[in-house]
Amino acid sequence: MNPRYRPLAATTLIFVIAYGLCILQYPGMWSTRILGNFLTDNAFLGIAAVGATFVIISGGIDLSIGAVIGLAGVVVAVLVSHLGLHPIAAFGIVLTMSALFGAAMGAVIHFLQVPPFIVTLAGMFLARGLASILSQDSIPISHPFYKTIMDLYYRLPGGGRLSAIGLLMLLVFLIGGLIAHRTRFGSYVYALGGNPTSAALMGVPTGPVTIGIYALSSLLGGLAGIVYSLYTSAGYPLAAVGIELDSIAAVVIGGTLLTGGYGFVFGTLIGVMLQGLVQTYIVFDGTLSSWWTKIAIGVLLFLFILLQQLVFSAHKAGTRLKKAAA
Amino acid sequence: MRTPSVKRLLSPQLVALLGVLLFNWIVFPGFFDVAWRDGRLFGSLIDVINRGAPVAILSIGMTAIIATRGVDLSVGAVMAVAGAVAATCAVTGQPVIIMLLAPLAVGMLCGLWNGFLVSILSIQPFVATLVLMVAGRGVAQLITEGSIVTFNDPVLIFIGTGSFLGLPMPAVIAIALMVGAHLLVRRTAIGLFIEAIGVNRSAANFTALRSRSLVLAIYAFGGVCAAIAGTIAAGDIRGADANNTGLWLELDAILAVVIGGTSLMGGRFSIPLSVVGALIIQAMNTGILVSGFPPEFNLIVKAGLIIIILVLQSAKLAPALHRIFKQRPVKPSIQTSEKTG
Repeated sequence: MNPRYRPLAATTLIFVIAYGLCILQYPGMWSTRILGNFLTDNAFLGIAAVGATFVIISGGIDLSIGAVIGLAGVVVAVLVSHLGLHPIAAFGIVLTMSALFGAAMGAVIHFLQVPPFIVTLAGMFLARGLASILSQDSIPISHPFYKTIMDLYYRLPGGGRLSAIGLLMLLVFLIGGLIAHRTRFGSYVYALGGNPTSAALMGVPTGPVTIGIYALSSLLGGLAGIVYSLYTSAGYPLAAVGIELDSIAAVVIGGTLLTGGYGFVFGTLIGVMLQGLVQTYIVFDGTLSSWWTKIAIGVLLFLFILLQQLVFSAHKAGTRLKKAAA
Repeated sequence: MRTPSVKRLLSPQLVALLGVLLFNWIVFPGFFDVAWRDGRLFGSLIDVINRGAPVAILSIGMTAIIATRGVDLSVGAVMAVAGAVAATCAVTGQPVIIMLLAPLAVGMLCGLWNGFLVSILSIQPFVATLVLMVAGRGVAQLITEGSIVTFNDPVLIFIGTGSFLGLPMPAVIAIALMVGAHLLVRRTAIGLFIEAIGVNRSAANFTALRSRSLVLAIYAFGGVCAAIAGTIAAGDIRGADANNTGLWLELDAILAVVIGGTSLMGGRFSIPLSVVGALIIQAMNTGILVSGFPPEFNLIVKAGLIIIILVLQSAKLAPALHRIFKQRPVKPSIQTSEKTG
């Protein structure tokens, strides 16, 4: 097997084994209902994590995702509930705003040469602050269009529901994977993450690519905010606090290197599903307290980075041996 | 390098702090009023120092970590763990010495764990400390069993709310720690070692510097600082709240360090200026409270401040600005080495 795919294969294998063990203990977990709920409950996290994957492959970090989700939800709620706009128009406005917000962060990162950590931290404060200025409380959305979308689902054999937002997440993963692995922009992102200087020397337009990456991340953050507003039928300024870290954890568990230049969009899907699995297991168990979720995700994160470290050092040692033999 | 003291007094951070304080004074004329009551000082200015102390203490440890081109995202969670340990010791009636040392030991253990991941397993600091950031709060809740453990121990309460020589205890601890850490790094070669590791770790290794154990020690120190801050936070509210103690304070601490002029790319650092950075953040928070602005504007103002500081410190704009103000030229940033290591 191509050694490139080893971490991805390992992550997938671990997910399958973990799910298998869960089913052995609670046979009820083997049902399309659970699988359908996995997708619906983690839809916003998954969509946001696709954006985080691009940012991390490019060697950056985006701390503003959670705040953008919160802001997008509040703006949609204000536009729909207070100003009476049709949700589709509101979605268009929110997605455009989010993309511009991300593009601005990307521009600051590129033109001022400031670490993305600090720029997106400022973006996080800004977005969260704007959201709480717009509204302090949760704004309910009761538009018939929302009900229509949430009632849309595909009935899986076994009674599970593949909801519209779950399907949307899978679609985002598919498109994200195609962009990452099949387009010029995708290869630019990898090149930038591998080494920005040599990428620039090879003719990668680093400025537009950086701006594009953060615009994409915030665009998906905005989409995740819309999905979150659909999921909860409300816009809340403090929604999705800390989701940026969950999505980074999902990306890392999915086998993407935080140093940049290496990773798979599909791996992130596994990362999101694994986090969902931990939560579902704890719900099924019933005796474990909620804080075990945090500990379990921390331990998982540790195991995966350890695994990556081992795979990569084994790979390096292997190439060194080959070189020595030749 | 020794800079003339006048120039040091005019550092942009101190000017910014004075600016924020002056702004507070304009919107709230009583801002500089300090009263002496019951053997201690009272006033908005004292409040800034008192409330800013936990972040200042975190930023002291964070400065050393960031100077080695690392970061510690777990300090907030470590605060919660230390607070939970202190409260549990107080409730179970442990001797005072154990009650004070146990949180510090646990904090050091957390720091050593981070240091082990970063230094021995060479895992990227961001992910390495993310592990404890996620799991730590869970561990804290495990210790307190999900509830807020309240206590009446006079020693812990004194640490959180007492006063010494008229100054609030948290501020006294922060000042002592700052002076101690500053002397340690500037009167010995440790500061130079830290800068060497931050600029180029492999070069530092080639000069026979034991970067491995030093990085380990620095993360342990960061953990101890977080534990001190956690003990203060617990003493302040007379209880350990595993959910909220130190929540998102790691971001404030990193922000304080960056405002203090320490580069996230490692190398140049200053502990006192990081503490000034922490005071700037707290002065803004207090200013928004006393001026009667809605607290929602707090985050926007913070974001605005970061943007201003970013522009001032940016590698591209800084040389131009320095030319305008005729200060000493800044070193050109070494961009090719950013991805190595």
